[in-house]
Amino acid sequence: MFDTALTTADLIFLAKGAGMTILVTAISVAIGTALGIAFGVIRVQFGAALTAPLTFVLDIFRSVPLLIQLVLANAFLGMVLKLQLSGFFVACMVLSLYTSAYCAEIVRGGIDAVPATTRRAARSLGVSWGQDMRYIVLPLATRVALPSWIGLALGVMKDSALVYVVQVTELLKSTQILITRLQEPLFLLMIGGAFYFLISFPLARFGGYLEKRWSND
Amino acid sequence: MIEIQNVHKSFGQLEVLKGIDLTVEKGEVVTVIGGSGSGKSTLLTCINGLEPIDSGKILVDGVEVHAKSTNLNKLRQKIGIVFQQWNAFPHLNVLENVTLAPRKVLGMGKAEAEAIAEKQLKHVGLGDKLSTYPSRLSGGQQQRMAIARALAMSPDYMLFDEVTSALDPQLVGEVLETLKMLAEEGMTMICVTHEMAFARDVSNRVAYFHKGIMAEIGAPEQIFGDPQHPETKKFLASVR
Repeated sequence: MFDTALTTADLIFLAKGAGMTILVTAISVAIGTALGIAFGVIRVQFGAALTAPLTFVLDIFRSVPLLIQLVLANAFLGMVLKLQLSGFFVACMVLSLYTSAYCAEIVRGGIDAVPATTRRAARSLGVSWGQDMRYIVLPLATRVALPSWIGLALGVMKDSALVYVVQVTELLKSTQILITRLQEPLFLLMIGGAFYFLISFPLARFGGYLEKRWSND
Repeated sequence: MIEIQNVHKSFGQLEVLKGIDLTVEKGEVVTVIGGSGSGKSTLLTCINGLEPIDSGKILVDGVEVHAKSTNLNKLRQKIGIVFQQWNAFPHLNVLENVTLAPRKVLGMGKAEAEAIAEKQLKHVGLGDKLSTYPSRLSGGQQQRMAIARALAMSPDYMLFDEVTSALDPQLVGEVLETLKMLAEEGMTMICVTHEMAFARDVSNRVAYFHKGIMAEIGAPEQIFGDPQHPETKKFLASVR
């Protein structure tokens, strides 16, 4: 017969970890997306040559493993700059920049997919560059970019498991703490996995719903 | 009045406009005919400042289009342009396509903009398609929507750039009828077209462009009945 030492209090402990995962992910995806839109628009608007330095920096965030970024950023901010920052702050900052680097590429691809003739038609009506961006280009680019962006957001949520290295106790870290105490690794990993699924599923479904709605336009 | 004075324009090594002079009076309908690559369409995009020019001047009601001090967004409010590709905004329904510019550019309220849009859409025969998305419209309907979208800004001038060229043959008629109606209402229009019968029926003057030069301009009876320039004769013989 199956027997476990897991208590309701432990489940609440896991739920708190899941709450932290959601919080770190939500903040990082929100800031990362806003920055990514800005970086993506800048890259399209000013061309490859002028934005080469920006592209280079974003490439670093995309190529260096997140774990290394977190450890190095934490060490640099704390030991070199002597800033008293919480692990939570460092986690959100690094994860936001990491997200923005991927998001910039998604945004750039989305904007490139809007036909130049459509933009010309908008501008010919007296619409300014900013209005063209806001009312024509970004709404159309969003439709193209949404599936990739949902993938990015889900990826960031799972990558956020790494922020334990800056002392943030999120879902995976909470699971590990329970494993150490209860010595039921497989069962607890299943429970942890189920929590991750419960967080991800609504986002994935929401993406599917938007895609379906927009395809009727 | 649109005054085009000695306008030159190149794309890289290729000079597409080689010194164009043309004045279009208020209320006049000028059609521009000619082979592809003759510079007709480029001229239209230069008139509303979508393309810069290399030298010369274009004045619209005395305002120099390409002067640094000119507010192009403001100037474009009085020059409507409709392109060969109708360029609907696919994420907006027909009514929203037409109200976008009046609301965002002219700052009109929703009700006022919708009233104008409905009037213009009825005008072009799309009064029953207000909430339809462009993907559900035929090419001809989308092109008429693009015309209504330009008209909703109450422009003083309308430029039409081969607006029937991308349409299936059976849809050409409905769009040309719309243009004829506008011409009869006194709209000042410059139409680049390959529809010779339309050019003959509607225009006050017809201009023939050949390799970046305005080879000939005159009344439609003269251009079609008694062309003077050898290239005009050749072109008309080839399209008949």
